Amino acid sequence: MNQDISQGQIDKLYERLDKEAEEGGYHLNPDIEFTKDLVKGLITNENRYGYWSCPCRLASGNKAEDLDIICPCDYRDPDLNDYDACYCALYVSQKVMNGEKEVAPIPERRPPLEERLKLKPVPNISSLPLPVWRCKVCGYLCARENPPEVCPVCKAKKDRFERFI
Amino acid sequence: MKIKHIEGEKNGNIMMYTLSTCVWCKKIKKYLKDLGVEYHYIDVDLLEGAEKEEVMQQMKEYTSEVSYPMLVINEKEYIIGYKPDEIKEKLGL
Ligand code: SF4
Repeated sequence: MNQDISQGQIDKLYERLDKEAEEGGYHLNPDIEFTKDLVKGLITNENRYGYWSCPCRLASGNKAEDLDIICPCDYRDPDLNDYDACYCALYVSQKVMNGEKEVAPIPERRPPLEERLKLKPVPNISSLPLPVWRCKVCGYLCARENPPEVCPVCKAKKDRFERFI
Repeated sequence: MKIKHIEGEKNGNIMMYTLSTCVWCKKIKKYLKDLGVEYHYIDVDLLEGAEKEEVMQQMKEYTSEVSYPMLVINEKEYIIGYKPDEIKEKLGL
């Protein structure tokens, strides 16, 4: 199944992700071989699960349970901030791009399943006329009845939004 | 179970839990191969159902914070992540 992925497919997705990353102020790992291997992992997971589950984490196969690890995952930005790379090292910081920092493996930030289940959504304690939604991928906030179909900043889908206030 | 065996010099019992899509896992497989030690590995993402559960349970016996790659030496010590120096040290190489 995953043997069927062609180099052309990998290159195409790589180009697209690279373009989107640069437009959004992010950077793909400049180690092209490494990065294309991860892109292949994303395509494999797309074929296998129907979504871009993180190549370096074990997917459950249940989308609701895996939402936080659909690439770009909820943990990318904090990891870029703290370690200059995301968990897989698909995305890296400007420092890495400048050659001031080397990419190295980093600890897993995603809490184990039991703890994730305990994280309850914030109760509605606000008297604002509209709820405020937060994109869990990039932090974009908007006040409207429902979250947008697609995050206007990072293009994450609607299901990646949480109610913030 | 789909445990793969890579031949090499015997240096304790090395078992690795990996994902077929993870590039750090790929690096660690290559690293061990280059070291020339014998090891076993299993790509957990290629398992399904009861078998997957069983392997995940096995991993959890070492730590509740399971992630990949996880290398277990002699069913006792474990190393999570691609850490060549630590692997060498623990294997006494
Ligand atoms: S951003 Fe990095 S760590 Fe997160 S899902 Fe994508 S590849 Fe994995």
